[in-house]
Amino acid sequence: MEKKFGIRQVVAMGIGTALFVVLTMVQIPFPIPNTSLQPRMAILAFFSAIFGPVVGAVIGLVGHALGDAIWYGSVWWSWVFPEAIVGIAVGLTKKKLAVKEGGFTASKIVLFNVVQVVANAIAWIVVAPVLDILVYAEPANKVFIQGVFAFIGNIIIIGILGSILLAAYSKIAGKSTGLKAED
Amino acid sequence: MTRMISYSDKGTWIHKLSGFTKLLFFILWCTVSALTYDTRVLLLMILVGIYIFIASKTEWKQISSVFKAVMFFMILNLIFIYIFAPSQGTAIYGTRHVLLRLSGPYSLTREQLFYEFNVMIKYFTVVPAAFIFLITTNPSEFAASLNGVGIPASISYSVAITLRYIPNIQDEYHKIRNAQEARGIELSSKGKVKDRIRNTAAIIFPLLFTSMERIDTVSNAMELRGFGKKRKRTWYSRKALSRNDILVLVFIIVFSVAALVFTYYDGSRFYNPFH
Repeated sequence: MEKKFGIRQVVAMGIGTALFVVLTMVQIPFPIPNTSLQPRMAILAFFSAIFGPVVGAVIGLVGHALGDAIWYGSVWWSWVFPEAIVGIAVGLTKKKLAVKEGGFTASKIVLFNVVQVVANAIAWIVVAPVLDILVYAEPANKVFIQGVFAFIGNIIIIGILGSILLAAYSKIAGKSTGLKAED
Repeated sequence: MTRMISYSDKGTWIHKLSGFTKLLFFILWCTVSALTYDTRVLLLMILVGIYIFIASKTEWKQISSVFKAVMFFMILNLIFIYIFAPSQGTAIYGTRHVLLRLSGPYSLTREQLFYEFNVMIKYFTVVPAAFIFLITTNPSEFAASLNGVGIPASISYSVAITLRYIPNIQDEYHKIRNAQEARGIELSSKGKVKDRIRNTAAIIFPLLFTSMERIDTVSNAMELRGFGKKRKRTWYSRKALSRNDILVLVFIIVFSVAALVFTYYDGSRFYNPFH
């Protein structure tokens, strides 16, 4: 029975979120001040592309909120929700990307990256700063600049690391179907 | 890697509260803290926060490293607000009392100081709530309480899996990191950005692929045990609401409503001492 939302999705949400939370502390400093590349974003994109939008949204929401709470002791809610936007957007391309079927080819890498750049732009340049202003009454120019930095950092790490991870997984997962039915 | 906050049972009345109560408290508390800029409400929340902190017998060493990280980000944020918007306070409070004349727009005003003071105490209201919630709530009960506030059982269960596997994945991360360092892969902050991405990938690859295997193992095990056969689940660790739970729930609901009414009754979310 192929259910739309099965056990694998539940487990993938759980373990994906755990990975996201653990990798919160792994950050690669970047030449632009106050910006770092977050490998956890590549994990979010990876799980969204393989398991779909619901898994992506939950990993984004729960992972960000929980990760912030246990590592930094506070949750910056206006940056939690944009994370789900990235997860949902990338997740919606799950069928097209067909990573598991082993076909993560050049054209699909392009599609994945176009989607992730657009989703990150909406999330970090539009939604996060607007929420910052509405909820936290922060100065507009500051939050938009922070948003642009987050956008740049995220598209780089998802573009490089996310694409590599998906391509590698696609090769491995595609190969495992080498069994033939006996006559 | 700095220590993260984790659950420890001290048996105080706060530990004995149901996870549902604490989750609802935490959500409402964060909402009020995000919405209000009324200094009096925020200061009252800090006092309540300190009381809960003491009542839960939380030790300083449990949270000190995380607390320092919060302070670091708070100070960074305050400095950035000043650099980007030195007259945000004037824009909010409508007056301008210059304390210190500096070049350009950077004159220090009383309004700006007061605005940034409010941003600062906002941090101090949320931080104890988050700490106490995480330190005093048993992870499995946390999942049960998520289901209790109306989140679907499948998502609550996935949160239970998350909390269950964070320590394992963290262990694995350290093992892989040590192994890769032993092989001579540079992981410190030297090296170029490109190399650092490549070297981080050297950890994330094995970590991610073992996690994918783990997903298969765990989901097969759950399938064998008939997970998800029925839509509703019961929870082993769910606690029934006690008298204290009811009292806390009544308190937080009354407090939230009162705080928001008090904040907004003059039409603005800011408390303005300059008029």
